[in-house]
Amino acid sequence: MHANATLVNYLHLCHRKLWLHANQIRMEHTSEAVAEGKQLHEHAYPQRAERYREIILDGSKIDFYDPYDKVVHEIKKSDKLEHSHMAQVQFYLYLLRRNGIEGATGLIEYPKLRQTQTVRLDDDDVPVVEAWVADIERIVSSDQCPERIAKSKCRSCSYFDFCYAEEE
Amino acid sequence: MKQPKYLFNAGRMSRHDNTLKFTPVDEEGNEGQSRHLPIEQVSELYVFGSLDANSALYNFLGQHGVSVHFFNYYEHYTGSFMAREYLLAGKMQVEQTKAYLSAKKRIVVAQRLIEGAAANILRVLKYHTNRNAGRRDESIPTAIAVIEQLLMSVPGTNDVPMLMGIEGNIRQTYYSTFDTIVGETFCMDGRSKRPPQNELNALISFGNMLCYTACLSTIYHTQLNPTISFLHEPGARRYSLALDIAEIFKPILVDRLIFRMINKRQLQPSDFRAEIGGCVMKEAARKRFVQGFDELMKETIKHRSLGRSVSYRHLIKLECYKLQKHLLGVEEYRPFKAWW
Repeated sequence: MHANATLVNYLHLCHRKLWLHANQIRMEHTSEAVAEGKQLHEHAYPQRAERYREIILDGSKIDFYDPYDKVVHEIKKSDKLEHSHMAQVQFYLYLLRRNGIEGATGLIEYPKLRQTQTVRLDDDDVPVVEAWVADIERIVSSDQCPERIAKSKCRSCSYFDFCYAEEE
Repeated sequence: MKQPKYLFNAGRMSRHDNTLKFTPVDEEGNEGQSRHLPIEQVSELYVFGSLDANSALYNFLGQHGVSVHFFNYYEHYTGSFMAREYLLAGKMQVEQTKAYLSAKKRIVVAQRLIEGAAANILRVLKYHTNRNAGRRDESIPTAIAVIEQLLMSVPGTNDVPMLMGIEGNIRQTYYSTFDTIVGETFCMDGRSKRPPQNELNALISFGNMLCYTACLSTIYHTQLNPTISFLHEPGARRYSLALDIAEIFKPILVDRLIFRMINKRQLQPSDFRAEIGGCVMKEAARKRFVQGFDELMKETIKHRSLGRSVSYRHLIKLECYKLQKHLLGVEEYRPFKAWW
């Protein structure tokens, strides 16, 4: 299993979602929230300069990369700052570093919050990211689907109906 | 919001830029006013009339994952254009196949499907017991007792033919009550198919077809393979997993609707026409029934474990999810049993 940015994000959200997604059981196409996120992504910054580029590194796609200032931009629809967003961007920085680009930084943009969040990857963060990759491999290669997390945030997840459909 | 669209009129469907265009054509071949149908609003197409279309249209529908189901002049389901699979999941396929191949695993799923179907049959009958309480007719309570008895032998079955035998008896007992339920206007006279011999049988066949195609369309939007089934034999005919899932929903979606429409006099014997070797529903009645079915599918109930309102159509999807979870070893499958 090849870890990618989506899986890193899911690792920090819900292990069941990670396992299902990695096993191709996907629900994102049924989700209004995902469709909205896509829209936002396409329309939030129409004036985004020419120099931003989309790049693909080891199977992960960075939507907006600024090669001059070495900044990874990530747009999030969310109305709160999430640890999983940070992890996703740190993973991008890790990939850049592994591909010979040192000193890049990240910027998460929350158009709804009108706020941004800077992300960096220090030397001691590298083993942390590597541990995530190992975790992903361990979880995904298991035959057993992880338990669902009984959390209020499940309500907005595209897997909600899948996880919670049951008979009394 | 994507919705199924039903085409009764003859005409030409074509791709026009990124939307669908339907041009009705009358019997003399004169074109009528074209209508546009945004592709984003179409979940699938049901074709009852004569449809003229070209490959450009099917390519376009395929890209958007829109299936097309065809019915012939006698309202029989003839087949579907299924868009290319877009949710392939190797693991899901393998687990589904494994569950079919293992006799032990297969019978468990098949038994659950029968239990769900029988529970929903009993739910329909119990409602009609209350309605018929004033009359001195014991046929419904008797049928309930017989079905409950048959249901008890389900867990003891160890192969599918044996289970199917019980299922056949349950259905037969169930259909024997139809004369009591709608006997004043319609006569059941035993279940007959291919072709149905009387009005009520024609109605049941048509309704079951609608239920089956609704299940098929739903399965298409999950990672389940519609050809690998548990109760029905795979590949014997049609997409047999849709037949499996339809068993659970037929009493609630089709039979209830039939009773409701007959009791409200929305369907009458004059809505049918006898033809050689069978009975056919007239076009206006067919439209009314399809409309009734469509409205029913949009009705919502408050789902107990999700805690939100879900439509009848969505219940079918939830059934697919539960089956997926069972096959993946996440959670044992328990069939949907209506509680109202």
